[in-house]
Formats: sequence, C-alpha cells, structure tokens
Amino acid sequence: MGKTLAEKIWEDHIVRSAAGEPDLLYIDLQLIHEVTSAQAFDGLRLAGRQVRRPDLTIATEDHNTPTIDILKPIADPVSKLQIDTLRNNAKEFGIRIHSLGDADQGVVHVVGPQLGITQPGMTIVCGDSHTSTHGAFGAIAFGIGTSEVEHVLATQTLPSSRPKTMAINVEGTLKTGVTAKDIILAIIAQIGTGGGQGYIIEYRGSAIRELSMEGRMTVCNMSIEAGARAGLIAPDQKTFDYIKGKPHAPEDFAAAQSYWETLFTDADAQFDREITLNADELEPFVTWGTNPGQGLPLNASVPNPAEIKDSEERGAAERALQYMGLEAGTPLKKIAIDTVFLGSCTNGRIEDLRAAASVLEGKKISPTLRMLVVPGSERVRQQAMKEGLDKVFIDAGAEWRNAGCSMCLGMNPDQLAVGERSASTSNRNFEGRQGKGGRTHLVSPLVAAATAIRGTLSSPADL
Amino acid sequence: MEKFVTHTGSGVPLRRSNVDTDQIIPAVYLKRVTRNGFEDGLFSAWRSDPEFVLNKQEFKSGTVLVAGPEFGTGSSREHAVWALQNYGFKAVISSRFADIFRGNSLKGGLLTVILPQSAVEALWVAIEGNPATAITVDLESRTVTYHDVTVAFELDDYTRWRLMEGLDDIGLTLKHTDSIDSFEAKRPSYKPKTLPIRI
Ligand code: SF4
Repeated sequence: MGKTLAEKIWEDHIVRSAAGEPDLLYIDLQLIHEVTSAQAFDGLRLAGRQVRRPDLTIATEDHNTPTIDILKPIADPVSKLQIDTLRNNAKEFGIRIHSLGDADQGVVHVVGPQLGITQPGMTIVCGDSHTSTHGAFGAIAFGIGTSEVEHVLATQTLPSSRPKTMAINVEGTLKTGVTAKDIILAIIAQIGTGGGQGYIIEYRGSAIRELSMEGRMTVCNMSIEAGARAGLIAPDQKTFDYIKGKPHAPEDFAAAQSYWETLFTDADAQFDREITLNADELEPFVTWGTNPGQGLPLNASVPNPAEIKDSEERGAAERALQYMGLEAGTPLKKIAIDTVFLGSCTNGRIEDLRAAASVLEGKKISPTLRMLVVPGSERVRQQAMKEGLDKVFIDAGAEWRNAGCSMCLGMNPDQLAVGERSASTSNRNFEGRQGKGGRTHLVSPLVAAATAIRGTLSSPADL
Repeated sequence: MEKFVTHTGSGVPLRRSNVDTDQIIPAVYLKRVTRNGFEDGLFSAWRSDPEFVLNKQEFKSGTVLVAGPEFGTGSSREHAVWALQNYGFKAVISSRFADIFRGNSLKGGLLTVILPQSAVEALWVAIEGNPATAITVDLESRTVTYHDVTVAFELDDYTRWRLMEGLDDIGLTLKHTDSIDSFEAKRPSYKPKTLPIRI
C-alpha cells in the first residue's frame, strides 16, 4: 500500500523507533521567540548542556514587542527583561537572532518562509502552536511546549508518537471575494475545534492547488484551531518557484527539487479520515462566538442556542453570546465593530495587505472605528511601503505599525478594552485573547477592509 | 521532574468546555522568564467573578481539576501547565484534551486523565454534593477512585513509566546520541541551515 505525504516525511525523520515507545524524530529546524524559550535555555544551563545545532535554529522577537517607537527602550520592565533574556541566550548559545529594527524581524512564521529556510520535506518545530503554517510547503511543522523546546535545543530530536492522517479535500472554484481564510474558517466550523485532534491534516483538491503559497499558509496556519497536530499541502511548482531566489534556497536546487518531487500522497494510500468540501458553495466566513469553530457565512444571523441539539455545544453557544454581547437572530452584517486588526501570522503577509489595500484605496474608514495595520514582518512592511500600500492605509485613516504579533494576542500594549469589539484577521477569538473583556470576530483581510469602511461586518460586495 | 505514582485530594468542578490556554493563563501573564509564580494568572479573567468556582471557599483546597471537554485548546504555552501546577493542581480530568496541552502536561508531571464524559459528569455531581470528596488518581493501577466508584483510564505504558520514575526526557534521549550522530551523517546536504547567514 502507498503512503501519505505525512507518512513519507515522518519516516524520513525517524532516528530511532522501538516498540511501545514514541518515535525519536529528527528536527530539521527550530524557530525560537521570546515567550516560550527563556525557561528552556535556563534548563540547558542548569544541566550544563549545549545547543546541539545552532545552525538549525533561528530566533526572532515578535510576541511581546511594541509596534510603535520600536527603537526606544521597551517601557514595561517585565517585557524588556523577556526580550533581553532572549538576546542574551541567543548570544550565549550562538543562535542567529533577528531583533527589533532588523530587516528580518517579524512574526516567526512569516520570517521562516521569507528567508527560504522553510522547505518541503522538513520537520519544523517552534514553541508556538501556529508553527503549522510552514506545512504549506509540504513540511511537518508543529507547535511544542517549552520542555520540548529545551529537548530540541539539546538533542535536535523529539520523541513523538505518530499522528493519524486526515485528508480534507476542497474541490471546486472559489467565488470572487472568497479567500483562503474563508476556506479554513468553514473547515473548522464543520469539523469543530477538536475535529482534527490526533491528526495531521493534508489539504488537497483543486481549490487548494489554486491557492497562492501565501493562501496555503493561511489555511495551514489555522490547522491547530481544528485541534490538529499539523496541517500540510503537497509541494508543487508554485512551492518551488516561491523558494527559488530566497536567501536560503538550496544551492543545489536541482537535487533538492528532485527530492521534493517525491513528496505527495500515493494514489493507493489510505487516510484514517477523509472530508470533502465544495469550494463553489463557500461564502466569506466570520466567527460569532468565542472559539474558532463558532463561525458562519457573513450573510447568516447570530444563531439561536435553543436550536442547537448537543447540550455541550448549546451551553457553549449561550456562554459565547453572553460574552460577545450578541442577540440570537441578529444579522451578522448588523454587528458594529470598534477596531479592525489587519495582521498576524494568519493574514499579515504581503498579499493580505495588498488585498485589504485594494478595497481601501481612495476610501476612508468609518469614523466609528479604528484600524490597526501590523505587517507580519519588517520585510513585508518594507515591501508594502515600496508599493505605496502604507499610504493607502494611512490615507484611509488606519494606523500603520511596525511588525509583530501585536493585537493577535494582546501581550504588548496593542489590546482591546473591556467590551470593545474587533474584526480581526488573526486566528483566535477566545475570550480575552485580544485584551481582557475584548470581543473578537475572525475575518479575512477583504472582510476586514470592507468592515473598516462600513463600520459593521461587511464584505467588499456590500460596498 | 517529580515522580507521580498516586495522588489523593479534593476536586474542583469546572463545568465548561473548550477551556483554552488563553483562559487558563492570558498572554499578559506570560512575560516572566521563570517557571514559577504563574498561579496569579490562572483563570485570571474568570477569577474576578466572585461566583467562579475557584473563588468558592469549599473548593479552595482542591488539587484535582475536573473540566469539560476540549480542555487546553489553543496556544502551545507550557505556562498553562505551570500555572495549574503553581496553583496546586496535581491532576486534571476531562473527556478530551488538546494535543499540545496534554503533551506539555505529561512532560511536566501534571497528570491529565481522560475519562468518558459520563464519568466526568458523575464526578461533578459527587464533588458538588460534597466538596470534601476524596478523589484518588492512581497511576499504578490507572484508575480514578472516589466514594465507592472506581473508573479506569488509559495511558500508554511508556508515559506511565516515565511519570512514575520522574524521568527527564532529555536524559533518556541523550542515551541514543549514537543514533542521532549516524542519522545526521546521512542527512542530505541540500537541507537548509540558518548559519552562516545568507542575505
Ligand atoms: S501572530 Fe498571533 S498566532 Fe501568530 S505567532 Fe504571533 S501571537 Fe501567535
């Protein structure tokens, strides 16, 4: 019997396997950031251990960094200590770091691909659950905890039990205005936040193949929101073209590509679970609740919990509506928004900024809201400025910021106030995710831009 | 890591599903560079509500958290495990845990026990009926016991052994350094490196 893509990559990385034990997996790349690494480096120091492969490790500052006045000392002393700790650890252990102000600083999952160090057939880890983003290149990429970060630093391996495999086939053609973000929000709404638990998802089908690399990253990024260990997409010519010319593209490109071309699921391979979605029917999607599975097409209305059969889900929906301050039956398009956030590792890349700018060009954002545009990386920011996108945003009345995670997780000062409602291109609408008491609706960049103009959840078609 | 063989304590019923790691500990509490002191961030948004279960006197000394399904979804922050441990929890019982949270908990010695939802509900009823109910989570026999009820749970032999011996994963892996060396010797040269820096 043939193998799935995930099985092929997994097997290529087994250092050691023994009955009754997890496989010991070789890790090709570890990405590091300030929030989940300090305790790992401490652990190394305590045990007198070294970093085994600094040359397979890279650090950047993103989660807790300011997006304004980035070259001034960080005001919050606790945040400053966290950043300083990362810088000191990188220095002590000989790890490459891209600090604030550096051209390659940015959200860790935007930085890897743009440097060309994310490549097909790799195993990639990071102390961050959205590591699944890198799966867009046909890599097994997953988030790990700090103990595991330490483990990989010390050994460049990770004991892991082999996940099951799931295929999600998205067949058909997306309508205009429907994007990669809508695909993944629709998938999560269908299979639920636990639907992918224990699986590596392979996204397949014509609608996935049609996506750009950036769109594929958006889809893989939110695999974790469906509970999956990782998500990936078989590499193709688009993948190879994207990597070509990037700083860390393989020198012997032909050799690398001939391996990459073997990375697909064999025709006779079996997945443990298969799901099919019709791309023709998809609409712009938005979440109404407090987990990413609570989403609906933008044309729908806030659901009535009383109509939900499953008691657990009904209770969750009731709580969500209460937290979100929403009435059952309200058309989603009537929901007024206070803050629009365009950014994050889900939708903070150049194509996302271009998409939003194309809607905002020559228009003004509604005076009832503020809009924050936070590029995913410094390189994205520079590219956007080269294209004049910063002007479009600023002229429309949005704030143009420096790169980082920013309001995606509300760890730095970019936060929602209590009761404030956002339309956000990020990936999590958990209670308080963007600031204590803040209310989040997850949307695509196109919906974010149209919402900014109209003041209520909207798609460009409503303009 | 501290050994985990058996633990007996009282329970805290958390009747919520999808308790994500942003609820367990919000991002603003993740700035510390140590592994301790995270208890003040545990469920911080909910703790401002006097009716929240952890604020009730009868549940203050609980060490076994009994939660709804999909516990620990969301971010990979191990701080969520530390916050629960720093607060005093030794075990968490739920019918479903998110993968990364579960991995983190079992690495760090916080025992996450999967029981059927019906058993979780029965346990909620028992604890709410009598908050002093002693709950024993026993790794040796892989059972949860309270009153005269005993429910078995599954945990693979390898993880159980590691927890019962309190073994450090890194130490275990380093015994196989030879295998890592020979794997590395065969890695293709086109695999990317972060150093030297190329621009
Ligand atoms: S942008 Fe958001 S989801 Fe992505 S790494 Fe940063 S905090 Fe995590």
